[in-house]
Amino acid sequence: MEQFTIQAEAASRCGGTRPSAIIGVVASGNLEILLERIEGTGCAIEVATSATGFRPIWEAVIADFVQRTSPGGLRISINDGGARPDTVSLRLMQGVRLISEVP
Amino acid sequence: MIQTEVRSWDRQRTARHERLGRAASLAKGKQVQASDATALLEALLQPGDRVCLEGDNQKQADLLARALAAADPARVHDLHIVQSGIVLPEHLEIFERGIARKLDFSYSGPQGASIARALNNGRIELGAIHTYIELFARYYMDLTPHVALIAAVQADAQGNLYTGPNTEDTPTIVEATAFKSGIVVAQVNRIVDRLPRVDIPGDQVDFIIEADRPFYVEPLFTRDPASITETQILMAMMAIKGIYAEYGVKRLNHGIGFGTAAIELLLPTFAERLGLKGKIATHWALNPHPTLIPAIESGWVEQIHCFGSEVGMDAYMAARPDIYFTGRDGTLRSNRMMCQNAGLYACDMFIGSTLQIDLDGNSSTVTPDRIAGFGGAPNMGADAHGRRHASDSWLKAGREASDGNIAMTRGRKLVVQIVETFGAGMAPTFVERLDSVALAEKLQLELVPVMIYGDDVTHIVTEEGIANLLLCRTREEREQAIRGVAGYTEVGRGRDRAVVQKLRERRVIRRPEDLGLNPLDATRHLLAARSIRDLVGWSKDLYRPPSKFRNW
Repeated sequence: MEQFTIQAEAASRCGGTRPSAIIGVVASGNLEILLERIEGTGCAIEVATSATGFRPIWEAVIADFVQRTSPGGLRISINDGGARPDTVSLRLMQGVRLISEVP
Repeated sequence: MIQTEVRSWDRQRTARHERLGRAASLAKGKQVQASDATALLEALLQPGDRVCLEGDNQKQADLLARALAAADPARVHDLHIVQSGIVLPEHLEIFERGIARKLDFSYSGPQGASIARALNNGRIELGAIHTYIELFARYYMDLTPHVALIAAVQADAQGNLYTGPNTEDTPTIVEATAFKSGIVVAQVNRIVDRLPRVDIPGDQVDFIIEADRPFYVEPLFTRDPASITETQILMAMMAIKGIYAEYGVKRLNHGIGFGTAAIELLLPTFAERLGLKGKIATHWALNPHPTLIPAIESGWVEQIHCFGSEVGMDAYMAARPDIYFTGRDGTLRSNRMMCQNAGLYACDMFIGSTLQIDLDGNSSTVTPDRIAGFGGAPNMGADAHGRRHASDSWLKAGREASDGNIAMTRGRKLVVQIVETFGAGMAPTFVERLDSVALAEKLQLELVPVMIYGDDVTHIVTEEGIANLLLCRTREEREQAIRGVAGYTEVGRGRDRAVVQKLRERRVIRRPEDLGLNPLDATRHLLAARSIRDLVGWSKDLYRPPSKFRNW
């Protein structure tokens, strides 16, 4: 088990009015993501993962995600069961779409 | 006057009669008891003979394999095995026992590790690893079998054979052997008075043996929809919108991976909503994939020709003769030679998966200790330079690849690799150097085993996007296009971001958002069937899945 937080600065605040969103499942090879609103345009991503030693890949995945979707003003908590980077990326994208949708 | 040496021109026929004479006491008419199978082979075979012990992609002449493995190596030795599939343990045992020495084959799925070991310790002298039609072609050129040991469902007393839905390689093997003074021995599940249909005429068959149990058939093409992931669904959506729709691909072949299974299950849902019905995926060279049932039932598919059959699909196909090729008896007629030819010359697209892709786009399914062989993918996944008929998708691909000499532009087959950037156990799909290069060095192979050469590949689809290699103009561009969809593998992270961004602007690389795709739509609800049970329902209970896929 490894835990760390990655801070990123997004270009703008994430749209929509939903206060929070949750997507994914806690399972082997999968992950659960909770998104919550915070002040400002920063994005705080807290990762708890069962696979150790992949922090550089997490940082690369998150840097691209922040650039592609601009998830400013979000705290994102990830409960990871050893998902592959593509699954992480897809879940992050899905999470941002979900919280920015009109409820 | 020219002096000519007196020679006989029918030595092969004479030898055939000698062999038949040695075996005559074991047969009653053409029938030989299963308990005499080894004695029959010892009487027929001569050292150094080329032998095809029918091992296809699916059906196996297992009784004859056991009989040959039990032969006395003092009498039967140094055989040259020329068969497409090395599948059963007995196929290796004949080499371990010295009954056979040389091997020319195509595919070795389950025995891949054993073959690598046997090559390494010198038990097997390897001729070559072929594609299916390449080996079949050599049956008619320089690898004609002296003896063929084949499998059929039924025979009559005259030796006529009914091969049933799994005809596969049999007509091709028998044609080469029987018409070159060779000997054909068939194991059959049953000897009957009247056959449902004749697949092989009796005058091409010398001996028939009723087996104690039906020949073994492996279910190879059944993909459980329950195992399809959302990443694979996203990739399938990209492929449909970015390639099938873009090129209007009507005639195609699919590989057996989960990515293509997802595409099949998105035709009646996602693709239907895009208005693509009748415009794509109407004519197929394809094994009977159960995951295509929903598309067939929804009226997407015009027709399908099959390499072989699939366990559980027989009743469904027999009830859909407008779609499948069937005999007068009503059951499927498959034929690997014909279907491979259809895939080579009459398909506009091949799409399939692989284990490794290098920076030039070469791909391989070889891992450090396994030789899996090729099967049919290299022919499906190759541009046939002998093709001379046009189609819209073929011409469009050719135009994209051309440098501007429009007057003489030829078409291109679309050859698409659909892969996730990481495979099982976080093994990267994209690598600097294929494992097959190291294997070729270790085993001193003349050729590095490459499944599909990079210069035949037109598109690579990953969860990150589509790379269109037709639009690349230099080797450097190709490399960056490949890196640009290689995700978070080392190869992917080694990309030149500025070049990749330019490639994206030129639509060489397209991301899901460039295709107007919403990642939230990539859910399992998009699949027309989400379980094997759903497929049974779509088939109106005609599909009968094997027990290992039944979980209800």
